[in-house]
Amino acid sequence: MANIKTIDKKSKAQSMGMHTEVLTGRTQQKFFNPDEAENFYYFGTYDVDFNKRTDLDVMNMSAPEANKEIDNLMSQGYGTIVIKNPQGKHSLGVGILNKLNLIFEGSLGYFGMGSCDGPIVRINGRVGWSCAENLMAGKVVIEKNAGSCFGAAIRGGDLICKGSVGARTGIDMKGGTIIIGGDAGAFTGFMMQRGRIIILGDVGINLGDSMYDGTIFVGGEIGSYGSDAVDSELTLSDQDWLRRKLKVAEIGEDFDVSKMKKIVAGKKLWNYDNLEPTEKKGAI
Amino acid sequence: MCGIAGLIHRGKSSNVGSELQGMLQALKHRGEDSTGYALYGDTDGKNFIMRFKVGENVGEGSSSVMEDVSVYDERKKIVDQTLAEMGAKIVKEERTLPYSLRYEIDFETKDLLDFSQRIESIPGVEILSMGKSLEVIKDLGNAKMVCDRYSLDKLVGTHAIGHARMATESGVDIKSAHPFWGYPFSDVSVVHNGQLTNYWNNRRVLENKGMRFMSECDSELIAVYIAQKMREGASLEEGMKDSLSGLDGVFTYFVATKDSLGMAKDTMAAKPLVLYESDDLVAMGSEEIAIRSVLPHEIDTYDPFDGEVKVWQI
Repeated sequence: MANIKTIDKKSKAQSMGMHTEVLTGRTQQKFFNPDEAENFYYFGTYDVDFNKRTDLDVMNMSAPEANKEIDNLMSQGYGTIVIKNPQGKHSLGVGILNKLNLIFEGSLGYFGMGSCDGPIVRINGRVGWSCAENLMAGKVVIEKNAGSCFGAAIRGGDLICKGSVGARTGIDMKGGTIIIGGDAGAFTGFMMQRGRIIILGDVGINLGDSMYDGTIFVGGEIGSYGSDAVDSELTLSDQDWLRRKLKVAEIGEDFDVSKMKKIVAGKKLWNYDNLEPTEKKGAI
Repeated sequence: MCGIAGLIHRGKSSNVGSELQGMLQALKHRGEDSTGYALYGDTDGKNFIMRFKVGENVGEGSSSVMEDVSVYDERKKIVDQTLAEMGAKIVKEERTLPYSLRYEIDFETKDLLDFSQRIESIPGVEILSMGKSLEVIKDLGNAKMVCDRYSLDKLVGTHAIGHARMATESGVDIKSAHPFWGYPFSDVSVVHNGQLTNYWNNRRVLENKGMRFMSECDSELIAVYIAQKMREGASLEEGMKDSLSGLDGVFTYFVATKDSLGMAKDTMAAKPLVLYESDDLVAMGSEEIAIRSVLPHEIDTYDPFDGEVKVWQI
């Protein structure tokens, strides 16, 4: 292997097994420029008016039909859409890359609000497994309980469940914040890489198992710690952030955050011990 | 993948056949190789109801070998003869399909082990269920197909559990379909979603204790395991709690008895379950849409946590 300190950027990347290439995808050609208003939005999304509101009854629609209709309404400029009778259907509200106020009057099944980027969502019911998986930005509030894999692999945004959640909450998360008003199941924060999880209630076994990075705050009892999850000092700065976050989330505003436990990665896992320093950076 | 569903009415009876059909049909995307029902009907409790098969469904998708109907007739004759030898009187006889039969039997016994062993010693004969309330009906196809084939939509009772199967580790046939009877216990049935990794170890131990396995489906182990625990004096709930450490793998399963319904979830919570609980009804399924088929209005549901066991009485 070449000495990576003395070679140029391209050679350095190649010596580490990476490849350089000219990216030609549509998204790669759009660069952020505050002077160009249209670039605030993804190509192909819509300019909507939050004051323009409509209802959509999805009782007799399949999930693809309902999602297409949401898209159609956004194309007409509707910025506030109320979904009636979701009836626990799977995959509702997925792939919305738009600013939007979306309200579900009822419960969702699996994969609700997956891969979204930007919408503000309130679900007046429960959600099934893998809610808001891969969320990139926006805010999703669930008024009741949630199933397992809540907020799996989210990159950003706020995901809030006012009730309790199942196992593997925040698995593989890479950013953003997950807030749980009630209890959380086993393997919460499993292999999380960045971001923060706040649980006001109790949490099950193997908390933060094999987490690479990120922070978990717990208000109640912890079933057990997972591999490499360790306690850390709860600073005044942490407490201040927690208070602000809980207030914005409309949840646990009066909660005594000073008694919360803070859990982080001990960074003693094998992958930290067996990688070159430069590779460690890439692993995080 | 597979889907499971169950419900129990507390303090009243309802059309559980039709309700469970709706719940299982909502889960048909989780598998429709076969569908099974364990229905606890309203009976006078005097006679045993024996559901049994003398052959397999060899329809499209089946992994069974075709047999002539005359073979089924011959097996039925031997069953009738064996029952007579044991002093069991057939009060009512229904032959829904050439290979599937339902007998109401006047027979006094507290231990069904000897009874079951004698019936099942007849080659090709398997008791699907035995009890004074329980009826296990299972066959190839989705929930509606099986319900229509066996006219289950009119069955009134207190509780029921069912299974929509996607065959993975064993054949597409009735013997591998769920629910499994908790042999040799009257009125005990089991459905399961998941995989058990210590199936063979447990099976060898249980077979040495005299328990029987009719299939190579890992889910059958749960029924036999719980039944063995109950034989040793454990309550249903104790047996289920013991299974959390005795069974290895990922699982969510339901067990029903004449007057109760229980659920257990493994310690990794790897398999889904959504639960609705009220004073007069408990309904649960692999997905919320199953519950929605009986409770379309807005309700509060939740996922039980890892390692959780719950039992409800009628």
